[in-house]
Amino acid sequence: MTDPAPAADPGPWADALLAAAVFAVMPAQMGVALRAPAGAVRDIWLAAVRACLPATDPWRRVPLGIADSRLLGGLDLAATLRAGKPVAERGVLAEADGGVAVLAMAERLPAATAGKLAAVLDTGEVPVARDGLYHIDAARIGVIALDEGIGPDEQVPASLRDRLGFLLDLTGIAPAQATPPEPRNVAAARTMLAQVSASDAILSALCGTALALGVESARAPLFALHAARAIAALDGRDAVSQADAAAAARLVLAPRATRLPSAEPPPEQPAEEPPPPPPEGEDAEKPEPPTDQQLEDMLLEAAQAAIPQGLLAQLAAEGLKPRGRADGRIGTPVNNGARGRPAGVRAGEPRGGQRLSVLDTLRAAAPWQAIRRRDGAAAGRLAIRKSDFRVIHRKQNTETTTIFVVDASGSSALNRLAEAKGAVELLLAECYVRRDRVAVLAFRGKTADLLLPPTRSLVRAKRSLAALPGGGGTPLAAGLDAAAALADAVRRRGGSPGLVILTDGRANVARDGAGGRARAEADALAAAKLVRAAGFTGVLIDTSPRPQQAGQDIARAMGARYIPLPYANATMLTQAVRAATASP
Amino acid sequence: MSKRAAFPFAAIVGQDEMKLALLIAAVDATVGGVVVFGDRGTGKSTAVRALAALLPPMQANAGCRYACDPADRDAWCEDCRARYVSGAPAAHAVAVPVVDLPLGATEDRVVGALDLERALVHGEKAFEPGLLARANRGFLYIDEVNLLEDHLVDLLIDVAASGENVVEREGLSIRHPARFVLIGSGNPEEGELRPQLLDRFGLSVEVRTPQDIASRIEVVRRRDAFERDRAGYAMSWAEADGTIRSQILAARAHLPTVSVPDESLILAAKLCMALGTDGLRGELTLMRAARAAAALDGASTVTASHLRQIAASALRHRLRRDPLDDAGSTARVARAVDEVLGK
Repeated sequence: MTDPAPAADPGPWADALLAAAVFAVMPAQMGVALRAPAGAVRDIWLAAVRACLPATDPWRRVPLGIADSRLLGGLDLAATLRAGKPVAERGVLAEADGGVAVLAMAERLPAATAGKLAAVLDTGEVPVARDGLYHIDAARIGVIALDEGIGPDEQVPASLRDRLGFLLDLTGIAPAQATPPEPRNVAAARTMLAQVSASDAILSALCGTALALGVESARAPLFALHAARAIAALDGRDAVSQADAAAAARLVLAPRATRLPSAEPPPEQPAEEPPPPPPEGEDAEKPEPPTDQQLEDMLLEAAQAAIPQGLLAQLAAEGLKPRGRADGRIGTPVNNGARGRPAGVRAGEPRGGQRLSVLDTLRAAAPWQAIRRRDGAAAGRLAIRKSDFRVIHRKQNTETTTIFVVDASGSSALNRLAEAKGAVELLLAECYVRRDRVAVLAFRGKTADLLLPPTRSLVRAKRSLAALPGGGGTPLAAGLDAAAALADAVRRRGGSPGLVILTDGRANVARDGAGGRARAEADALAAAKLVRAAGFTGVLIDTSPRPQQAGQDIARAMGARYIPLPYANATMLTQAVRAATASP
Repeated sequence: MSKRAAFPFAAIVGQDEMKLALLIAAVDATVGGVVVFGDRGTGKSTAVRALAALLPPMQANAGCRYACDPADRDAWCEDCRARYVSGAPAAHAVAVPVVDLPLGATEDRVVGALDLERALVHGEKAFEPGLLARANRGFLYIDEVNLLEDHLVDLLIDVAASGENVVEREGLSIRHPARFVLIGSGNPEEGELRPQLLDRFGLSVEVRTPQDIASRIEVVRRRDAFERDRAGYAMSWAEADGTIRSQILAARAHLPTVSVPDESLILAAKLCMALGTDGLRGELTLMRAARAAAALDGASTVTASHLRQIAASALRHRLRRDPLDDAGSTARVARAVDEVLGK
């Protein structure tokens, strides 16, 4: 399994093939997240896996937009009507029992679907509680999640990724002349697996390595242990050797690393002296076994060598990115009929998550009964045709709600509260044209007040602004907290909130109402981060006489666009706001 | 709940706070459920599924679709009231239901709906109970509770508060008891739980991956042994699980006799005041959970040590929330506990 490429390093492609072999040995225990663009490399890898699996094992492809009824199973309507009693239709996952389910474009999998898959991987069963059915289907499946994501923010949802043994990245890897795993070898390894033992030293070394690499989940060392066993079995041995463990650490633990081992800086360049002894067989049983610590260090080195360059920089950058999105999808799903509030009943088949409205279907079928019976339908039984099906349509409310957060403190009043009010009025007119809803929050003194709950009434919005007095401290943190809470409420109702914050950024009242600039600013920054963590889009309009660092810092922390309030150019302001809020 | 053997409860390494909270929920349903938040791979769902396998059976009216309690006539469903107008009902032992509410469940499966078979074949309007009916007197478990769709959350909030499921839809009008202990688990990174739903949970537990190497090794070792031979491994822990089962039974019997002295009540009130929790629900939960903890201990009175044991679980989700600062609320409770109860 050596490769012409650098020195004795097994090479990424050989590693990928090793992972393929291990997965084929124990698909239900391992699972793979496979990052690669669609293309030849991915196909070769998948073909290698498939060749190793018994031909009779199911291999199912799960498309991205699969309906729950197809994924988990549900009522087979046509068969139900024919048989006159409920006939369950098995879902794709149940069909794949004992085999492999390939998830297409898993980086765009919604978090809810990922959650369902995670439960299936945990229990090996699909609980079907849908459409008047309740039963459990066995589903011991191996999952290959195809990930075509490009950036680091497009990834297989975390809940699923954690339950997959291998996180493989084939991007930019060319298949070298490594021999693909031998199917007979894999079959032998499957039967052998139960006898393969791993010593305590190996187990503790794997756990220690995971800890040192900052891998939190307890699943990871377990996956590594599985992999080490499978590698030994593939080699026809009944005990896990250090080399097996090193390979497992490299394959399973390295891609999960969140930090480089802190105890000691990497002593030498890993490329010079690759730690895992690549020759198999003779090297496996060393005369004197190393101590636990030595073993752990060895695994650590092996894993470390496989950690891509620049990972730390990437990790550092991730700390600054908006967190909290568990799914890959960006943006609000639009009115698709299957989600949201019920909005009437319409003709159509219950597909894509839409629910059959039984009574309406029966009602639709009723008038035809006599006719259908005459045409040959069985007597004593309702004759229902496809054309009778009625589904409940749902509509999701995706209208935009613009939330104005106005700093009405003394400093702001001194500066340009009146101008800010004017700008808001212009923006309100804009919102009115777009049929957006608006809400107005103001903060001054010690608290933030909701002057106007979300409304379409322009008049009320104007009145609430005009009546807004200025003066008092600047509780910016309280203002941002209130804005985030309101935006969250809007989002829960299905709307898309946008924040427009007008402030001079000079916070001087902390969250608990106490004065003091330092704490107030720290609180404001924390509140701003919270806004970003929740993923709200926004604009911060700096109303201070000159653009201030404080305002820019707040804007950056909340991931909002920063706009200094221009003098006497309200049109430019409205344009800027429109640009910043229209496209999240 | 499941056909395959579950991981034994007694074999869970560490996670004492979570295990205690689940046991308290099993001893006293009025504590009001448990939500478990934490990292992935910390055994959240394992623990709940293990509890299901552990619970002692209960008595139920024969033939009742909601497993009504023979001893609690007031809580009976309409069917049982009609069937057993006088005299003792026929009862039998059934397993305590631990019903999994899958994220993909449709609303009609949760609340119950028209019996499709009878509707389609005979054109009858008959009610078929849903998951809420199955969960009556037992547990309703929602994994990844923070990903549950909003309309299901609304529904659960309503039913959890009233203890009764009312179905008024599709031409059906049904009400039946649905008193269950809500158990949720999830990862806070994947989304916040609605405050209204969070409030329905009596206890909130945070779990972390053990940081010491020895426990981590033990976790992996036990899990691996279990995965290699599920049934055999469950068998080898059967005795330890049996001990815990007896502990639950003893605590339930003992619970009504556990007294709460005034000084403990005062301490609980002080604790809640120090933390500024809203409303009286915090104090009530704190008291009930402490009493259940005392019952599990075999103690006859609630002492400061019981309060200390469960203060964090009972109060941390009732503080003014700050999603960026989750560890903070635990630390705040710990500080208040030290202040009020002494170090």
